[in-house]
Amino acid sequence: MNWSEFFAQGGYGFYVWGSYLSALILLGGEVILLKRRKQSLRKRGGRDPR
Amino acid sequence: MNLYRYASPSAFYPLAGKLIPWFAIPATMLFVVGLYIGFFVAPTDFQQGDAYRIMFIHVPAAWMGMFLYVLMAFYAGIGWAFNARLSSMMASSLAVTGALFTLLSLVTGALWGKPTWGTYWVWDARMTSTLILLFLYVGFLSLQSAIDDARRADRAGAVLALVGVINVPIIYFSVQWWNTLHQGATIRILGKPSIAPPMLAAMLILLAACWLYSVAVVLIRLRCIILEREQNAAWVSEGAV
Repeated sequence: MNWSEFFAQGGYGFYVWGSYLSALILLGGEVILLKRRKQSLRKRGGRDPR
Repeated sequence: MNLYRYASPSAFYPLAGKLIPWFAIPATMLFVVGLYIGFFVAPTDFQQGDAYRIMFIHVPAAWMGMFLYVLMAFYAGIGWAFNARLSSMMASSLAVTGALFTLLSLVTGALWGKPTWGTYWVWDARMTSTLILLFLYVGFLSLQSAIDDARRADRAGAVLALVGVINVPIIYFSVQWWNTLHQGATIRILGKPSIAPPMLAAMLILLAACWLYSVAVVLIRLRCIILEREQNAAWVSEGAV
């Protein structure tokens, strides 16, 4: 199997990669937003209780 | 050791912090393994071609959407019945991740529906009830943010979450109760699954990855919620514990 075949996914590339891209955006976006939320809390609170 | 002490946000906060890597790291590894099997090991389907590979993310997303809703309603109910604030915070944390997985199942379902059914969307029983699930999550989150007093917001959210639980068995059985366009269950609790082993493996590994991911992000968000809500408590403001 070569790479252009792999990206084409038998002609369903748009649907297959669209699905996995939306998964990446939603889950990756959740992680990034949570990181930011944590950082802003740390800035506001000064110390991180452990 | 008294386990009940972990019902206190100040005791649970450091415990959750220690637990997070134990879920986040295996989740990342399983995402890689599951996607590798899904794209390089599992064969092309003789009916659907490669479009069926959407299943590996669509099915876990749909299951997580339903499962996290039941879990959210459970924690919201416990928080309401026993006045346990950590439990209510857990429900709020679960709601966001559950809503995201439900949205993901609708988006991937639409992208799968177009090549196989010829349409992105139909008002079929399963899809409509899943859309209602998303609205229940969004309703829960907006209701909570609309009420200033945190404990009152928790109680109002709990009522909505518990009433909405009825929707979950409706989604699950919709393909049996109504004549729907959506296909029936591929995996049954009893009896053999009707797909090839590498396809099943990819799907189950990605399901495990989504589950571990959910635990990790829900705990991270729970820690944020604890800090936000308890910012005036001595253990937060003084960096104690």
